[in-house]
Amino acid sequence: MIHVQTTLNGEPVEFLCEPRQSLLEVLRETLGLTGAKEGCNNGNCGACNVLLDGALVNACLVLAGEVQGRTLTTIEGIAPAGGLHPLQRQFLEHAALQCGFCTPGFIVAAKALLDCTPQPTELEVRQWLAGNLCRCTGYDRIVRAVLAAAEEAQA
Amino acid sequence: MTTTAKPAQFKVLGSTPVRQDGVDKVTGRAQYGADIRLPGMLSGAVLRSPHAHARIKSIDTRAAEAYPGVRAVATARDLPDLESKVADLGEGSVNLRYQSSNLLARDKVLYFGHALAAVAAVNAHVAEAAAALIQVDYEILPPVLDVRQAMRPDAPILLEELRTDELGQKGEQPTNIAAHYLDETGDLEQGFREADLIVEREFTTAMVHQGYIEPHSATALVTADGQVTIWCSTQGAFGVREQTAEILRLPASKIRVIPMEIGGGFGGKIGVYLEPLAVLLSRKSGHRPVKLTMSRREVLAATGPTSGSSIKVKMGANRAGQITAAQATLIYEAGAYPGSPVGSAMGVIFAPYRLRNARVEGYDVVVNKPRTAAYRAPGGTNAAFASETVVDELAERLGLDPLAFRLQNGVQEGDRRVNGVAYKRIGLLEVLRAAQGSAHYQAPLAGPYRGRGVAAGYWGNYGGKSSASASVNADGTVSLLEGSVDIGGSRTALAMQLAETLGLPTESIRATVADTDAVGDTEGTYGSRTTFATGWAVYEVGQQLKAKLCERAARLWGVPADQVQYADGSFASGEQHLTLAELAAQLDRLGGPVVASAAVQPKNYGPGFAAHIVDVEVDPETGKVQVLRYTAVQDAGKAVYPNYVASQMQGGAAQGIGWALNEEYVYDAQGRLLNANWLDYRMPVSLDLPMIDTLIVEVPNPGHPFGVRGVGEVPIVPPAAAVANAIYRAVGVRMTELPMAPGRLVAALQAG
Ligand code: FES
Ligand code: FES
Repeated sequence: MIHVQTTLNGEPVEFLCEPRQSLLEVLRETLGLTGAKEGCNNGNCGACNVLLDGALVNACLVLAGEVQGRTLTTIEGIAPAGGLHPLQRQFLEHAALQCGFCTPGFIVAAKALLDCTPQPTELEVRQWLAGNLCRCTGYDRIVRAVLAAAEEAQA
Repeated sequence: MTTTAKPAQFKVLGSTPVRQDGVDKVTGRAQYGADIRLPGMLSGAVLRSPHAHARIKSIDTRAAEAYPGVRAVATARDLPDLESKVADLGEGSVNLRYQSSNLLARDKVLYFGHALAAVAAVNAHVAEAAAALIQVDYEILPPVLDVRQAMRPDAPILLEELRTDELGQKGEQPTNIAAHYLDETGDLEQGFREADLIVEREFTTAMVHQGYIEPHSATALVTADGQVTIWCSTQGAFGVREQTAEILRLPASKIRVIPMEIGGGFGGKIGVYLEPLAVLLSRKSGHRPVKLTMSRREVLAATGPTSGSSIKVKMGANRAGQITAAQATLIYEAGAYPGSPVGSAMGVIFAPYRLRNARVEGYDVVVNKPRTAAYRAPGGTNAAFASETVVDELAERLGLDPLAFRLQNGVQEGDRRVNGVAYKRIGLLEVLRAAQGSAHYQAPLAGPYRGRGVAAGYWGNYGGKSSASASVNADGTVSLLEGSVDIGGSRTALAMQLAETLGLPTESIRATVADTDAVGDTEGTYGSRTTFATGWAVYEVGQQLKAKLCERAARLWGVPADQVQYADGSFASGEQHLTLAELAAQLDRLGGPVVASAAVQPKNYGPGFAAHIVDVEVDPETGKVQVLRYTAVQDAGKAVYPNYVASQMQGGAAQGIGWALNEEYVYDAQGRLLNANWLDYRMPVSLDLPMIDTLIVEVPNPGHPFGVRGVGEVPIVPPAAAVANAIYRAVGVRMTELPMAPGRLVAALQAG
């Protein structure tokens, strides 16, 4: 077992894990944070997206042992206290989800985009989100929600 | 944008409140199938066949049972032996004995990925390691992977007892042809004699998967008194209860199914795969809860797919632009067990057209591939790909606009389908006219290798059983319990229908999806039925609540109930007025709680029609097709929750584009699936698609109190044909094979 200390959604967290366990497995099974989803477990769908030191990663492709001393943000840590993040609000306003299973991954990925590119074009949004699969919506409303959140942040 | 045949008289329907489960779903709080955790829970794994066709000589589970951390192992020996009995799964029926053998193979494995055994252990890693220790001795048999090969008299036989259902009569020889169907009308030969132009083409389409992002997951707990609780991701909790009861020979009353949130289904989460196995394992492991969750590889290899097909279409038209005859033969892969959607495909294939002379034949054929499941308008996309490209070719060779040609031949109220059934009020002509007038169709398209295609589509929709109940809260709000799993905003669409009935704002209604012990029988969220049928149950509940509340107001005022009027949340009688909130606060003094429940089984589900317009650009060197612009037009009856109606149209179009251009199951000669992952089974990503414009047409369904028609399925019917027609207009080749992947398009360009 590996002993890991990390900062998770702003709070210090410690856990024990096996060397083979992915970050996704530990988040979901050990730490009880089930917002990150497993759609494929091999990096193809983005449903497990989290931020590791601010960078977008697929939690299914990161070993839990690798996060020692690092900072993690999951979908559970995106909203400010007592409210919603503009992306979350715009996803609701734009009806950018049907089943919602892909939604945590899209919101985390979009946050990473807006953190580095506050005013993306439609093409930039589509390129950035090309690692996230949504089977329900056809992406139209997701792209619009991200663009609207960018605009909202600028206003 | 919405065009309405009749001015809307609604206050709530047609508005766009934020969905009631929205905050949970954008904050990661919503609990989907695999998110459940119970005290003492075990995790499982399933052993699957590496062979497409083999006899099972023996299964030895001793090493797995002895593996440290393992608590139970189950094989087909743990399943009761069932008689053949057909259960209705809404979008297709299934023989329960076949379904049981599909859960755990008995004497034969029939496809790569066919389940053989299930293991429960302290965690999923241990369960997987133990499953790998199970020894299976196989006698490998030659696989049958193609319907034409499967139909040959000398083909290897999958199911020894199978006999063809030949137009209602059972055949005598062992066969892979499960059924042969026929619909016909008029005089086909005469119809072709009247034609000035005849087009005949043969099409093949690949097996494809629904592609829901959430893998199947089921958790079961059997307690010592034999009570079973199942938590799962399913389109219908009552269907899970019924199937599990039948397969395990348990009384349904012993089983409670609690539906978790569902991460997409599209028809693939109606039939059970894991639930009965989790029950067996829980029982065998000393009554511990057991969770089984599939990997993506398992999902692709062993669940879902819809049929690949081989379709022949012949149509004739006269110079005046009238279709004189139409003929089709559809051969659909059922997968390992009978039950392809060829029957519904036969209903789709010429549905938009007035045909005096037509003949449609269908074959349901078993092959060594996974048992097919419903996929959004089951069978419709393949069928429309064939017929709508032939219709396009007729129009083009007659020098007619493809939408005008469809309008000229389009069906309306009173016209009969090939099977003889007459249409009631439908909206095809309104849809085609809206498509003609759309900004997209009116805009010029210029540039080399670019083309615009159109196609029409039909889906019959469905009604079925639905139940709902509601109670009035002391603050004047209403709590609604309903049995339909919410895959795309249906809680809110149902709350809106109750709000409309009661004249309240949507926020005054809180809708909850109930489990099988908490609400009446409700069929699954499939067949485009939820907003229609459960919406109807909700409407009935609202009518009852209104009547009961008027009685209470009458009691308060000491007047007869028929002298109380109710509108928009207020009661009145003569000079007296009272809001619903004021009355609700006094219910305890006026006879106690006000509750109501209703169950419906409506039959008058109105069919839905769609027309899609697409512009593409083809790269002639690589064969890659880029979709430049897309517009989906559809009759929704009444669009209750328009954002989510449009979203269904967009999502269906996106799935259809994937089906058209990329998606396919690739098997090797031994029947091993080569692309059981999303890198190689390529679904559209955001970069592959443009914005998808929607035009909602509203021709109210006379069979529903609010005019609702199902909307979820028809949008997947036209896309493949529309894209094929656009490719033809761009580069001059008629594609007859799906997917129209780059390699195939390059080959077609070189050949033609
Ligand atoms: S689960 Fe990690 S990318 Fe799909
Ligand atoms: S909303 Fe269902 S996968 Fe995106």
